[in-house]
Amino acid sequence: MRKNQVAVVGAAETTELGVVPNTSQIQLHADAALNAIADAGLKLSDIDGVATAVETPQQIAHYLGITPTWVDGTSVGGCSFMLHVRHAAAAIEAGLCKTVLITHAESGKSMIGKQPRSTPPDSLNGQFESPFGVFGPPSMFPIPVLRYMKTHGITHEQIAMVAVVQREWAARNPRATMKAPITVEDVLNSRMIAYPFRILQCCLVTDGGGALILTSADRAKDFPTKPVYILGTGESVETPMVSQMQSFDSSRAFKIAGPLAFKEAGITHKDVDHLMIYDAFAHLPLYGLGDLGFMPHEETGKFIADGNTRPGGKLPLNTNGGGLSYMHSGMYGMYALQESVRQMRGIAPAQVPNAKISVCHGVGGMFAASGTIIFTNER
Amino acid sequence: MAEPARAKPKPTPETQHFWDGTQAGELRLQRCDACANVYFPPRPFCPACASRKVSVFKASGKGKLYSYVINHRPAAPGFTPPYAIAVVELDEGPRMMSNIVDCPQTPEALELDMKLEVAFEKLDDKITLPLFRPAKG
Repeated sequence: MRKNQVAVVGAAETTELGVVPNTSQIQLHADAALNAIADAGLKLSDIDGVATAVETPQQIAHYLGITPTWVDGTSVGGCSFMLHVRHAAAAIEAGLCKTVLITHAESGKSMIGKQPRSTPPDSLNGQFESPFGVFGPPSMFPIPVLRYMKTHGITHEQIAMVAVVQREWAARNPRATMKAPITVEDVLNSRMIAYPFRILQCCLVTDGGGALILTSADRAKDFPTKPVYILGTGESVETPMVSQMQSFDSSRAFKIAGPLAFKEAGITHKDVDHLMIYDAFAHLPLYGLGDLGFMPHEETGKFIADGNTRPGGKLPLNTNGGGLSYMHSGMYGMYALQESVRQMRGIAPAQVPNAKISVCHGVGGMFAASGTIIFTNER
Repeated sequence: MAEPARAKPKPTPETQHFWDGTQAGELRLQRCDACANVYFPPRPFCPACASRKVSVFKASGKGKLYSYVINHRPAAPGFTPPYAIAVVELDEGPRMMSNIVDCPQTPEALELDMKLEVAFEKLDDKITLPLFRPAKG
């Protein structure tokens, strides 16, 4: 894909984030979509492309009253929205549509109008993982971490620092769910969920949503918002079974998606001003830093523990507070994208001064999928 | 009301040989006749070279502890927390999820790379699960 040919011209989260017990999941989609359309100064009838995950594009298009000529229902977990951005950019460049709306919403906490996840007993996961007591992401996502720690010499205290640093960022974000400062001791003494992870190393469970509007870069200058250009993109999938990952020392999907995006963008790691790495659990930023090539995996724990990713550090990471402290409705990728867009527009609550390039890296399932989007505010 | 039971696998035509094996006290894997790749989970072709000529064989049942969590909450139906959910690396190469029995469910007792051997647990007349315990000797 050619870089900087497509831009984000509308971006918004739901009016409320956190616990939203008075709104169903599909209405959260609509609330985010209407906010993004208002942000872009558009009408619903201007939208000719729709992408969403879990809910289907036909549900969203019908509910909003949109008649699309292009849809994408890619649903690979929390990074689905990174893949939607990539696919939408390609579709706009190919002339399949002009203005794409990407929506995410989840009634993750209140569970209104949301189908519970289920694993059929004759699926491969149902036969070869469910019988051994996995029960939701907290029991599955951390399974690789002890091996990762042993291979790369990472300590419990270093991984605890991921949560501590992200809480520092969250404190600067009025909409963050958790803002009170925490220490490494607080993390390591918090309630055990699935050893080695305690509750402060696991994501929040909240309600909310977000939406993006993309169009061609040539049209983007006519919009009321500062255009945020798509500089590079990457995606991959590995396996829905965490036990069948090629290795627990890294993520194959990360190692493909991340470098693809860097190559397409034509940038080096030194060019990155701002970084989002989807943090459903505290080990993911370490995997991301290593697999995206910022540093060897052996150095990721020390890099974070030394404060390099905290406010004022040389590589600002997860500046909204992340899935650990900002919000996490189940598929957090949309909120990481929203924060990257805010940073590129220069309007983030914890704004990184003069940030010009933002890398936004997502994970789906338990390392099952990955998507990376690199944004810039310069064309 | 009966106690909630642990999730029970339902075999498919492609995986039936595996579940027949555990019932017979054997851990069965598949090997590609063309490229000798040993793989898991079961399927009637080789995921390395796409050959449909594959054979089922009885594995040694030996392996080592690759990684795990000790799950506290929420606990799956049929499990009493804390319990370890482990990934075992078999001597033949493939890895599989399982539980570790005859061993305290603690970080001190569950050492990565400890040697394990298969132990079968019968759920009912149709399904026996492959679990693992610390290898003797």
